[in-house]
Amino acid sequence: MIEFLMPSLGADMEDGTLIEWKKRTGDSVKRGDIIAEVETQKGLIEIEVFDEGIIEKLLIEEGTKVPVGTVLALIDPIEVSLETKKEKPIELHPIQEKTTEGITQEAEREIHIKASPLAKKMAEDHHIALFQIKGSGFDGAITKEDVEHVIAQRDVIDKEKTVIETEKTVASSEAIRAAIAAAMSKSNREIPHYYLEKKIDLTKALTWLQEANEQRKVQSRLLPVVLFIKAIAKTLLDFPDLNAIWDNGLKPKKDINIGFVVALHNGGIMVPAIHQADLKTVDEIMQTLNDIIPRARAMKLRSSELSDGTITLTSMGDGGADAVFGVIYPPQVAIIGFGSISEQPFAENGMLGVRSVVNATLAGDHRATDGLTGSQFLNLLARNLQKPESL
Amino acid sequence: MENPVMNTTLTYREALKQGIREALQNDKDVFLMGEDVGRYGGAFAVSKGLLQEFGEERIMDVPLSESGFVGAGIGAALAGMKPIVEVMTVNFSLLAMDQIVNNAATLQHMSGGQLHVPLVIRMGCGISKQLGAQHSHSWEPFYAHIPGLVVLSAGTHEDARGMLRLALLSPDPVVLFEYTGMLNLEKEVAVDSDILDISKAKVLKKGKDITIITYGIGVYKCLDAAAELATVGIDAEVIDLRVLRPLDEFTFLASVAKTHRAIIVEDAWRSVSVSSEVSARIMEKTFYDLDAPVLRLCGIEVPIPYPAHLEEAAVPQIQDIVNAVKKMIHHD
Amino acid sequence: MLQSDIKTVQINEKKGLLLLYQMLLIRRFEEKAAEQYSKAKIRGFLHLYIGEEAVAVGVIQALNDDDNVLATYREHGHALARGIDADVIMAEMYGKLEGCSRGRGGSMHLFDISKNFFGGNAIVCGHLPIAVGMALASKKQKKTNITCCFFGEGAAAEGEFHEALNLAALWKVPVLFVCENNLYAMGTALKYSHAMTDIEKKGTTYGIESAAVDGMDLRAVIEAANKAVKKVRSEEKPYLLVCNTYRFRAHSMFDAELYREKTEVDEWKKRDPIPQYQQFLLQKGWISESEIELMEQKIEHKIQMAVDFAEAGTWEPLEQLTKFIYSEK
Repeated sequence: MIEFLMPSLGADMEDGTLIEWKKRTGDSVKRGDIIAEVETQKGLIEIEVFDEGIIEKLLIEEGTKVPVGTVLALIDPIEVSLETKKEKPIELHPIQEKTTEGITQEAEREIHIKASPLAKKMAEDHHIALFQIKGSGFDGAITKEDVEHVIAQRDVIDKEKTVIETEKTVASSEAIRAAIAAAMSKSNREIPHYYLEKKIDLTKALTWLQEANEQRKVQSRLLPVVLFIKAIAKTLLDFPDLNAIWDNGLKPKKDINIGFVVALHNGGIMVPAIHQADLKTVDEIMQTLNDIIPRARAMKLRSSELSDGTITLTSMGDGGADAVFGVIYPPQVAIIGFGSISEQPFAENGMLGVRSVVNATLAGDHRATDGLTGSQFLNLLARNLQKPESL
Repeated sequence: MENPVMNTTLTYREALKQGIREALQNDKDVFLMGEDVGRYGGAFAVSKGLLQEFGEERIMDVPLSESGFVGAGIGAALAGMKPIVEVMTVNFSLLAMDQIVNNAATLQHMSGGQLHVPLVIRMGCGISKQLGAQHSHSWEPFYAHIPGLVVLSAGTHEDARGMLRLALLSPDPVVLFEYTGMLNLEKEVAVDSDILDISKAKVLKKGKDITIITYGIGVYKCLDAAAELATVGIDAEVIDLRVLRPLDEFTFLASVAKTHRAIIVEDAWRSVSVSSEVSARIMEKTFYDLDAPVLRLCGIEVPIPYPAHLEEAAVPQIQDIVNAVKKMIHHD
Repeated sequence: MLQSDIKTVQINEKKGLLLLYQMLLIRRFEEKAAEQYSKAKIRGFLHLYIGEEAVAVGVIQALNDDDNVLATYREHGHALARGIDADVIMAEMYGKLEGCSRGRGGSMHLFDISKNFFGGNAIVCGHLPIAVGMALASKKQKKTNITCCFFGEGAAAEGEFHEALNLAALWKVPVLFVCENNLYAMGTALKYSHAMTDIEKKGTTYGIESAAVDGMDLRAVIEAANKAVKKVRSEEKPYLLVCNTYRFRAHSMFDAELYREKTEVDEWKKRDPIPQYQQFLLQKGWISESEIELMEQKIEHKIQMAVDFAEAGTWEPLEQLTKFIYSEK
């Protein structure tokens, strides 16, 4: 009998809630079939089976939360005849021992798939599991060409799949609350924060924005936050230590993916990432916001959007608080906060005037950087916002 | 081919003879000794006429004392001469194995670098025509096993003519394999082309689909096989190892890294052969570039039989190479 | 057997004393080698020359500096007689970098190209063809040097012995074959390994002038060697000199000597070449007992220096393991 376990889908996944069984007792399953849907902190995930056989028993009821590694179902492997099964029940123990972890199970299965060393390496590099590839070499071994074929196919499928995922990925508000609780507690527990604040004159930026918007259709007009995002991305190019994660040490990230905090109508937040914000134009960033904000509120985000952030921006918008001091989203090492924009008396060149001003803050992970870095970052951010045309 | 004026047609025998003559002309310390090299004209007529040209001092007939005259060659080399010792065929060279292995290959080391043995031992190798089990051996792997020896294999007319001169420049003992089965084979060779290197393998035909690695009598077979493979759209790269020790692995590893497939072809028996070594190095050093298991096409492990059809079946032929490559690439 | 004729021995006082010194040096050196072997300072095979000193000393004194010498694995005596320093020989036996073969050879492979000393060859008879080749080169290059090749009577059963003698005679090359007939090829007595036990007759079969001499009598060896070397050099042809001798010690250190009687060894010890020769020098009045004692002390000191030298020697670094396989360009 094969035990089907609650899979470990990520190093930080500890448990999952079995939302729905996609197969019933007596159903036959084969490798790659979706057997259930599991709710995780990252949303609803379809889980697949790596064995062939008939479902003997579903052990966990829908709606039950269980730790990773829990036996969810028993599968009667197809190769084993009834007689053998009766005669040698004891021999099943080694299998049980071996399959205590889903990952191991998968790895072991791959050993039996014949693939050329080159093909194996290519598949690994492209994160393609060997069982997904049909071999055309000696004895059905997977060759370089076979892998190349799958890569080409996947690029097409990936696009289609995203659409499907978008529709399907729904997380409950309780799950979201729990995820926030877990992440923020972890942050507070593990990250020694330092906080900095900088008052930034936005007069030029808003004037530029107004002029820019005059030439745009209503639906593509730019919001001030687009300038914030773009300015942060540009500034981060000079501060790689802030665009990073902490994983037993500082690990700067190549891509600048700015997590943008979206408040949900029924409470809770979602933080979808704006991928490679430094490479996007302000219009592209606006388009992205127009896409992800409604989806975030509908809880229809892709898992990559939820997990790829390398730094977070929280912006209060109109009528909000004057300043926000964020809690870093681990394993990131910084969060930038923008309070609401307000008209304030502002001294410049010895003259007092009224200006549009915003309070920008930075909360930094003191293990990763020091206040000086953060301070220099805010100064450059302020300067960049004085030149909106070059953002 | 673009400039036919510069080319000439030679038999393998003539190429060898040109090489010996040139070596004798270039250096007065060079002399040739071997069984029947003088008055008989060489067992395979390679040295015919050289006695008349260079005299008894330079072209020495020796008695049937392989250990004795190979040892004498070592002694003469130690004392400053540049002997070319011809052992009629590799089959008889085992009688001199003690001298070659225990002395020639070892003296430098056990004297702590004081002695050098600049000796060239030429020997006819491989299947000729129905000579039976004691005259048809391919024993390159024996010698390729020995540290201290330089082991060369003249698989082309160019090398048959040019390798000896360079071998004589080596401060260390060289075993040079020539192929009696190719003596009458005619090829077009550049008149004054000169090989410059006896430390490297040579890519004789470039290709992208598979690397065919061979040496000696396998070289022309593999080139012919590659030509036939080209007609079915398989672009094979053909490498002549040339130097069996120290093995130039760089050339074939680079090729395999490019083509991702390798087949090694040799007449010698498969077990513990040159192809065993080449195959192992490919596994060790380019494993992750391989897209198919390395294949060895070697001699069948049987003493070479007398009847022509069995003799032919005992070693890889052109069609065997073609078929093996097709199978590797098309999987049919 | 050639009878030694004392009257024809061409030695003067100075040379006479030098030869005694060499024999004593070899004897004491070998005794020290056995001691150091027992202390595990020397390893591998150790073949001692004790008892046979008159052969190496008597033959090598007849050679010129530019003549080639090849010997067997029982070659410490030949190396010392050839003038290789006891220091570098002992260091070689220790396996130290300062050894005459950089420690790569050990007891059986002493080489010193500056003394034209070509081993230290441990494949029985493997060096005879080489000696012929070296002599062939001398002839071809019209040099006046000859090649002297020592081997045991065991080697005379090898095919290479017969090939080498035939080639040397055929090519008429200046090589002196010196057979040290100590009666045992390891543990197999001459009579069990040769149908024809007069080794010198094997030489004449190939048309090589041959002689046998009492190898325990230094003056006899000197005379025979002088004559042989003169022939080889002047007539440019090979010569076979058989020196009948005896080793007092076992074949190597690990040998229970089951193959011979103690009484036989004792009988031969009565013919020990060193006391015999000392007696001759004392009679001549070239040396006194006290001077012999002084010589012994000098030798003891020299050997202690050799041991100290070897002890202080260095081990070759591991990084150099693969040196000397191919010549460095």
